[in-house]
This record gives sequence, structure tokens and C-alpha cells, in this order.
Amino acid sequence: MESIIYAVLALGGLALLAGITLAIATRVFHVEGNPIADQVDALLPQTQCGQCGYPGCRPYADAVAGDEAEVNHCVPGGERTMLAIAELMGVEPKEVEEEATQPMVAFVREDECIGCTLCIKACPVDAIIGAPKHYHTVIADHCTGCNLCLEPCPVDCIDMLIKPELLEHWSWPLPNTQRAQQGRERRSQHEAA
Amino acid sequence: MKLLDVWHKLRGASGFDGGVVLDMHKQTAASPIVDCPLPSVLIHPLKQHIGASCKSLVHVGDTVLRGQKIGKSQGYISAPVHAGTSGRVVRIEEHTVPHPSGLGMPCIFIEADGEDRAVAVGPKLHHWSMEEPAVLRERVRLAGITGLGGAGFPTYVKLLKDQRSPIHTVIINGIECEPWLTHDHRMLCEQSDTMVQGLMLLLHMVGAKRGVIAIEDNKPDAIAAMQEAIEAWYAASEHQKALKLSVQALPTRYPQGSEKQLIQAITGHEVPAGKLPMHIGVLCQNVGSTYAIYQAVTHGHALTERVITVSGDALPKPANMRVRLGTPMRFVFAQCGLEVFDDIQIIHGGPMMGERLKNAEAPVVKATTGLLAMQRDVLLAEHQVEEPCIRCGHCSDVCPVRLVPNLMADFSRQGDFEKAEEYQLFDCIECGCCSNVCPSHIPLVHYFRYGKGQLAQIRKEKSFAEASRQRSEQRAGRMEQEKSEKAARRSRVRAQAKPAVTEDKDA
Repeated sequence: MESIIYAVLALGGLALLAGITLAIATRVFHVEGNPIADQVDALLPQTQCGQCGYPGCRPYADAVAGDEAEVNHCVPGGERTMLAIAELMGVEPKEVEEEATQPMVAFVREDECIGCTLCIKACPVDAIIGAPKHYHTVIADHCTGCNLCLEPCPVDCIDMLIKPELLEHWSWPLPNTQRAQQGRERRSQHEAA
Repeated sequence: MKLLDVWHKLRGASGFDGGVVLDMHKQTAASPIVDCPLPSVLIHPLKQHIGASCKSLVHVGDTVLRGQKIGKSQGYISAPVHAGTSGRVVRIEEHTVPHPSGLGMPCIFIEADGEDRAVAVGPKLHHWSMEEPAVLRERVRLAGITGLGGAGFPTYVKLLKDQRSPIHTVIINGIECEPWLTHDHRMLCEQSDTMVQGLMLLLHMVGAKRGVIAIEDNKPDAIAAMQEAIEAWYAASEHQKALKLSVQALPTRYPQGSEKQLIQAITGHEVPAGKLPMHIGVLCQNVGSTYAIYQAVTHGHALTERVITVSGDALPKPANMRVRLGTPMRFVFAQCGLEVFDDIQIIHGGPMMGERLKNAEAPVVKATTGLLAMQRDVLLAEHQVEEPCIRCGHCSDVCPVRLVPNLMADFSRQGDFEKAEEYQLFDCIECGCCSNVCPSHIPLVHYFRYGKGQLAQIRKEKSFAEASRQRSEQRAGRMEQEKSEKAARRSRVRAQAKPAVTEDKDA
């Protein structure tokens, strides 16, 4: 009988100690927000385009972290982003539904702009500047090419242009040898499988 | 250190790691420098250096003088662009520049009026030893001088007299380890007195006491000329014995002319990864740059011309030429008897590190060391068929930076760029030794360039995404604030309005 009491006391004491330690640890190492959602958000291209069906990159990241959304909805991120998110979430990669198009940039035809400020309100990244009844213009370096300014424009004076290929942005292509092509194909097959 | 020297002697190597011995093809080593005639139109790209692009200071129709600043530098690491001759600005538009992509950038076109009137960037300073180094450095900056060895780093940045990292040794780089090129060799032979003066000027500017002129032992005439010039200088100036000038002959080995490798060969110290030569107290200047610095200080000349080698196995009359910057390459080749470019590959720079160009329309720029016209089928016979790596390790043996090229190439080929970076991809100087010795003909350097480009792309996308995220968060915060302010205003108005309503009712 006595030994049982000792055992219960000892185990109970240990359990209490562990409980107190855990309680302190949760306070000390408390993390604000959802760290996985933050990590997913960091992988997304932040175009805020809404093509994933969520109102922006952060909401989509929250949905992915909460297992409410698939990993393959980010169109501008393309395959690379999908693979990175799949690896982070530990799920099977899935093909991105739509092919990522060429990087685009919005351009306001200024002589047709009526200065209604609707596109400024629609831009998710504050890349359009202007004032009421004055021409608006797009800061090309800040534009993510999300198309969200096209719809609100009452006079359809915004064009989406293909981003020009600049010398500073050029980078060397893969060497054009058979083996280089083979290596790349094998790699993509491996990643798809 | 001594033992290491003996070891290098036994191996027949120079004082840096790795490297290869190449066929030098220095056909023009004995041809004196000749002046290239002035073309009718000069083309000046607005960026000819590492760093920020320049802003045009002129408009179409303006008349300019030789040496007049036409491109204003935008930033610390940048160099202004000057007009190459007097004439009229006829166009400012995109034009192809010496770059492997064949893409263009904004260029200023100047139609020569044939008078070649010049303007100086400042008064002549023949007594430069009386001037403050900072004044001379400003002069070098105004003259738009960049490293003329091929990389194009703004020179004035390197000429800093800094108390925290004092410079003890100035090296004049007369190595010229690339095959075919001989312009530095000819400069050393023909301008040996100016070289000594230039070295003195550099020593004065950075406050160093030791000056070394480094020349490879395949140029005995240049070594002799420089030794003679230094002896003459010692005999002429008794009072400056505190300075130690010397000519150092080094065994011929590629890539000894690379700045960091040369410093290792001469001082025995390595420049740490990610650091500059100034951090270990060394300043290294190319022969051409030294000449340009001297001209800028003593005569006030802006950088408007340079000496290049025009050569190659497809060129009828190879030559060393003093060419005005902005001269179209087609015009330069025409002077050497080459007008038709069928089956000819043009290389900008040397054959090891130079760029293959798509056509001859680009102009000569500050970074042009040489122009080579090569038979395309001979040149491209190598690396056509890439065989699997046989793990012979030869590439690691010859790598002057002690990297593992075969693994880095594998990682780059497979798109595992982070892994390639872990293997110090960014320390690769792209000298091409590994590609040169590979028995499987793997274009290793091309893989490294591809990997570096992809990594830069990924990084750029990341930072753009980060900036977009911040802007979108700021916008969300601002909208939230506006909303709450609006609500507060509304409730305030309502609160003010309500009593009035009740009073009305009472009345």
C-alpha cells in the first residue's frame, strides 16, 4: 500500500512539475500569429491579384496553412512557388491550373484618363498615383501586373503591356547542350512524380 | 612561406593556386600602337561601367566638344560619360552594346564635325605632388575613368586614402594573361616613362611606399623597358629614395592577370571572399588605367580613347590600336581589312573571359580590351557535345579560387541553385580554366553564369515580393484607419445632431 502511495506521489509530482514547466514555456516562447501562414506568405509573389480566389496573398496563405486550400492556386507564382509551398506543408505537389503568363505591367493612356481615382483605390500595392480630375499614372517598378485596375476604370484607358526585356534583367540561359536538356527534363520528371 | 615558394618553383607554378598554361597567340606583340581614324558617328552608351547608369545631359541637335560630359553619373559607384569628339548630337536612342545578350541600352550618337576640338575637365596639374590626394581623386572621378582591364569598375572608388585600411603596396597590372591581347604589352614598351610617373602618382594618391610593376616573363622586352625606366627615374630623383619601385617578372600562367590572383602571387596574401584588395592594403591598377589616370591629372583629359588589340585567326591585318571610345566595331574591323562577317564570331575582350557578340554594330566602350574575329567552326568545335563528368578532378586542380567546379555545375544544371551557392558559386571569377581542361567538354563556366543569373532572379523576385507585401500591408492599415476615422466622425456628428433634434421637438 505504502509503495503505491509513493509511486502515485512521485508520478503526480513529476506531472505537476512538467505541467508548470510547459505553462511557463508557452508564456515565454509565445509566438504571435500563425508561423506557418507567415512562412507560406513569404513564399508567395505578393502580387495581391486574387487569382487564387482569395482577396490577397495573406488570406491565401492563411487558408493554405489551415489546410483549407490546395497548394496550387497561385498562378503568378507558377511551378516554383507551388513546389516550395508543397515542400513546406509536406503535401504532394499538384500541377498549377493555369500557366503563368509573361510578366505584365499596367499603363494608363494619360490623354484618355478622366481622373476618377477608381483605379487608385483598386490598386492593392499603391502603385498608381494621381489626384481627382488629374491624370493618373502607374509606377512601373511597383506594379505587380495583377489586372485589378482594369475592371474599375470607367473609360477603359488602362492597358496591360508586356514588361520590356532590359539589359540589366537579362541572365544567361542554360547551356544549349543535349546533356543540359536531359538533366533538366529528368529533374522536372522527378519533381512531378 | 619560403617552403611554399620552393614548392611553387618545383611545380613551375606562380604564387597563386591552380591556373593553366595556354597557347598565347600573341601575334601583335611587336606591332606598334597605331591611331584608328575617327569615324563619322560615335556611339556612347550611357552605362560603360559596373554600377548605376548615367543620365543624358544633352539633347538632339546640341553641339558638343571632345571631353565634354554628356552623361551624368547617378550614384557613388558610377562614372560619367564624355563625348569622344566635337560634333553634333544626332540621336539618343537604344542601340546594341557589347553584351552577350545582344540587347541594347540608351546611347548618344555624335556626328563628328572633323575639327576634334577638345575641352579639359580641369586645369593641367603638372605639379601633382603638391596637391592633396582628395583633389586628384576628384579629378579622376570627373574624367570618368574606369578599370580598363575589362571589368569596368569606377577607378576613383579604389583610390581612397583611408586611415582604417592604409594601402602599403601599389601594383601595376601588366600581366595580360589572356591569349591574343597585346595592348598592355605595347603600352609598357612605348610609354614606360609615363608608367613610372603614373605609378608615382598612384603612390602619392594613396600614401603607399612600395610600387610593383608586374609583368609575365613572356614579355622580356616590356620587362627590360620598365627596368630601364625605373633605373632612369632613380638616377634622376635622388631625394625620393624612400619609395621602393620594382619590376617583378612572374612565370606565365593564366589567370594571373585577375586582380585577386595577382595580389596573391605578389604579396602572398589572399584577398578574403567578399572583400576588396584595399582591405589587405593593396591597390591594383591596370596599365591602361594608370596611363588614363596620369593623363587626366596632368593634362585634364577625360577618358575618350583607349588602346585595344584587334586580332583573331579570321582577321587579315591584326593590330594594336588607339581607338576613340564610341567607334563602331565594324569600323575598327574595316581598318584591319575585315568587312564581311560570314562564319566569323566576334569576341569582345579576350578569348577566355570575353563575350561572344551577335554582330559588329556595338561600339568600343571603356571596358573593351580587345576585339577578336575568330573562325566560328574552329571556335565552337569545343563544347559542342557535352559528355558525362568522369570525376577526374582536373577542374578542381586548376581552379584559382579552390572551388569544386564539377559539383557546382551539376547543381546548376539540375536547378539546385541554393546548393550551388553553398559551394560558393559567387566566389567563381569565371576565368574558364575548368572549362578549358575538362576532358568531357562540359561548359562549366556557362553553367555557373546560368546559376548566378537564376539566383539573382530569385533574389530580385523575393525583394520585389517583400516590397509589395509591405505596400499592401500599409494600404490595408491606412484603409482601416480611414474607416475608423470616418466612423468616429459620423458618430460625433450624430451626437451633435441628436440634442438639436430633441430641442426642436420640445419647441
